[in-house]
Amino acid sequence: MNSQLVLFEEEQKKIVEICDALHHDACAKAVFLVNRDGQMLANSGETVHLDTTSLASLTAGNIAATGGLAQLLGEKEFAIQFHEGERDNIHISLVGHRVILVIIFDERSSLGLVRLRVKRASSKLAEVLEEINAKAAENRGHTVFDEISDEDIDNLFG
Amino acid sequence: MSFINYSSREINCKIVYYGPGLCGKTTNLQYIYAKTNPDAKGKMISLETETERTLFFDFLPLSLGEIRGFKTRFHLYTVPGQVFYDASRKLILKGVDGVVFVADSQVERLDANIESLENLRENLEEQGYDLDKLPYVVQYNKRDLPTAVDAGYLREALNPTRVPDFEAVATTGMGVFDTLKAVAKQVLIELKRGR
Repeated sequence: MNSQLVLFEEEQKKIVEICDALHHDACAKAVFLVNRDGQMLANSGETVHLDTTSLASLTAGNIAATGGLAQLLGEKEFAIQFHEGERDNIHISLVGHRVILVIIFDERSSLGLVRLRVKRASSKLAEVLEEINAKAAENRGHTVFDEISDEDIDNLFG
Repeated sequence: MSFINYSSREINCKIVYYGPGLCGKTTNLQYIYAKTNPDAKGKMISLETETERTLFFDFLPLSLGEIRGFKTRFHLYTVPGQVFYDASRKLILKGVDGVVFVADSQVERLDANIESLENLRENLEEQGYDLDKLPYVVQYNKRDLPTAVDAGYLREALNPTRVPDFEAVATTGMGVFDTLKAVAKQVLIELKRGR
């Protein structure tokens, strides 16, 4: 069984800071961090006009399908994907085998710059992910659900 | 895999609708989408073939209200039902928190239901899940069709462990929300139990 992902404010803040810095340094339009199940962890940049929930789900589906292709070819996984559009481009990479870093950029940036900046940001993100794992292990068994009663759940479904 | 975000105060879970081809998985999601307030749902995505059969998955993000200040958000997915899309089905089951098995009540689809249910169990096991330990409900869909088999017979064949089950007509909405609520509730109870 997979363990659940719990993100506390302290780590969330660190992740957002790294995404903000990457957004700036890579001259990107937007930066997203998504887990492999399609849940959005953080985003930065021009995200107002984007359907971020759908973007997260499709990115995870894309990574899952590409991972399936990799296995068929005897590869462990394809860690990086790049999609080139007429205006916008998407760079997708795996960080720590667990989360997906998505960069949307246009002609103001370049693939080379994005790859360079992603590499640096990935190692920082990997460190924070380790912290999240450690904290999860420390707090195992203690979640928001400690305060939620069966009655609360019943009430939600009327 | 559920995701609890203390910063945005959200509990996120993943529910997968499984079942044989043309049993009505997508129709379930379409009905939920049509009958849910715009502020409680996101966009529904359907990755389908030219003939509107599900190619990879359908996706519908849904909010079911707040518990103790935490928003409960459910990501609903369907799998492609056709037998040859097994690789895609396996991918979509990754990280699942709860499963709905949608059975087609028509007598001529009984074998397809059984095959799909076995396939669900196998695909879950491949990823370390045990269907008997997951939040899981069964829906007998297409109850309005003349060739629909008696629900008791379907229960015997498809629900030996007697998980919560519901008769449904997804095109009209009968049983659709009952099914969703039952699985969502089980998911939250299981999270509380701290699996």
